[in-house]
Amino acid sequence: MREITIGQYIPGNSVIHRLDPRTKILITFAFMVLLFVIDDFAGYAFPLIFILVASLLSRISIKYMVRGLRPLVIIILLTFVLNLFMIKGRVIYEIGPFSITYEGLYQGTFMVLRLVLLIVGTSLLTLTTSPITLTDGIESLLKPFSKVGVPAHELAMMMTIALRFIPTLMEETDKIMKAQMARGADFSSGNIVKRAQNMVPLLVPLFISAFRRADDLAMAMESRCYRGGENRTRMKTLKMTHEDIFAFVATGFLAAGCLASRFLW
Amino acid sequence: MAAEILAEGVCYRYSQAPDMALKDVDLRIRKGEFVAIIGPNGSGKSTLAKLFNGLFVPTKGKVTVDGLDTRDRDNVWKIRQKAGMVFQNPDNQIVATVVEEDVAFGPENLGVPPEEIRRRVDEALEIVELKDFAQKPPHLLSGGQKQRVAIAGIIAMRPDYIIMDEPTAMLDPVGRKEVINTVKRLNREEGKTIVLITHFMEEAVEADRVIVMSEGYVIMEGSPREIFSKVDKLKAIGLDIPQVTELAHRLRGRGLTIRNDVLTIDEMVECLCPLL
Ligand SMILES: Nc1ncnc2c1ncn2[C@@H]1O[C@H](COP(=O)(O)OP(=O)(O)O)[C@@H](O)[C@H]1O
Ligand SMILES: [Mg+2]
Repeated sequence: MREITIGQYIPGNSVIHRLDPRTKILITFAFMVLLFVIDDFAGYAFPLIFILVASLLSRISIKYMVRGLRPLVIIILLTFVLNLFMIKGRVIYEIGPFSITYEGLYQGTFMVLRLVLLIVGTSLLTLTTSPITLTDGIESLLKPFSKVGVPAHELAMMMTIALRFIPTLMEETDKIMKAQMARGADFSSGNIVKRAQNMVPLLVPLFISAFRRADDLAMAMESRCYRGGENRTRMKTLKMTHEDIFAFVATGFLAAGCLASRFLW
Repeated sequence: MAAEILAEGVCYRYSQAPDMALKDVDLRIRKGEFVAIIGPNGSGKSTLAKLFNGLFVPTKGKVTVDGLDTRDRDNVWKIRQKAGMVFQNPDNQIVATVVEEDVAFGPENLGVPPEEIRRRVDEALEIVELKDFAQKPPHLLSGGQKQRVAIAGIIAMRPDYIIMDEPTAMLDPVGRKEVINTVKRLNREEGKTIVLITHFMEEAVEADRVIVMSEGYVIMEGSPREIFSKVDKLKAIGLDIPQVTELAHRLRGRGLTIRNDVLTIDEMVECLCPLL
């Protein structure tokens, strides 16, 4: 059976891996906001240094970071091209009715840099934090808002169960597909409508089985005394250490740098 | 307080069903026992199991676990902690994405303090011999291993009774062996009361007592030896008998003088040797 990996988590034991997931989520969030504070190239020095240091500390090879960018190449390129041609100003080059301006080139590069930093920043979070830890972090961060009706525990439980059953359902899809193919079903040829039609005999049994599983799981959870988040304890409790404090201090410097670059210089 | 699961005059009807799925069942499961329940499909075994831990409440009659009535909604969590349940499909009862997290699920629901959960999880994984798999994602385990994870998840809740509804039905012979050995160990070494629903007669032979169900009734009850010697009666309701017992039965039909209650291969050897 091929291994199914969810998300892009790369197990490890670096400082970045060890940080509390709440720390990482909050810092990633701050990092994203700060990227939008910056308004000139010089300002990017701060997040660049920040992400570079964090990446080195995480010991995650650049290969994986780049892999995170790949699916978004189109968006990055589109951002660049649109900025390049749409912004009016001093013309540098003309192709037919289109013209490239100096301002367009500046703005395009600026936006691309921002996008890349955004993606690399969030990748670093998902590369160094397992989905389950991430879920715990989100639950813990949302907990204070459960008084105003945010279903923190329920959301986390849903994410956990989804993560748990994705591989199971994928295996099952594989099995049904092979069974249908053995009976002459064809999933790979024909136009898009035809292909969608061919998916029906795959999806119907898959849905039926998923509902059955949901039913069974609910019964099993109930008999293991599950009754929602109230009075529930956790085996692994999240704990912040001096490493987390250090990370927040570093983020403080990042924030100071970004804000200074925008408002002082 | 009585240390037993007691069913008195229990009837159960599913909400849309015209007939009772269980009819007037009286049963007593004593603490420390290993009881097997056998019966053809649709005879009410699963329904009975779900009545034992308060997942269902009897339509008529009552079920008590250590004296706690399952009809009383205040007792329900206490009862489910005392009487743990393992289901047929291992995939559909594992909640977490890491083995040890799943084992922790029950104790977490009970509000057990973290250090205590850690202790219980390690101990439970030790008992089912899956210590080395603590950090593995469950979907990479074999069927037998997954089912043992499910059993560990129940053990970690420290129940007195473990009710298993065909836990080996979806497993290959190797997985079946793993699970049955675990079950026997739980009974003999950990002192857990076991209610094992099964359609493998070789598994039922291991029990102290066998209960036979048919069409919602409990029709026979006794030691494996007593039950499996009634070959014709079992066959009449569509049940198998252990292979060795079947062989003895046929040999007797051919005129050989063999006891009618042979259950294991060793006993068979003992019976046959003098005849050679
Ligand atoms: N959810 C349900 N709704 C209606 N009838 C059911 C339901 N589940 C089981 N039954 C019926 O109850 C009877 C006993 O079923 P069950 O306890 O599952 O038997 P067993 O586990 O021995 O195969 C069967 O006749 C079955 O059709
Ligand atoms: Mg059943």
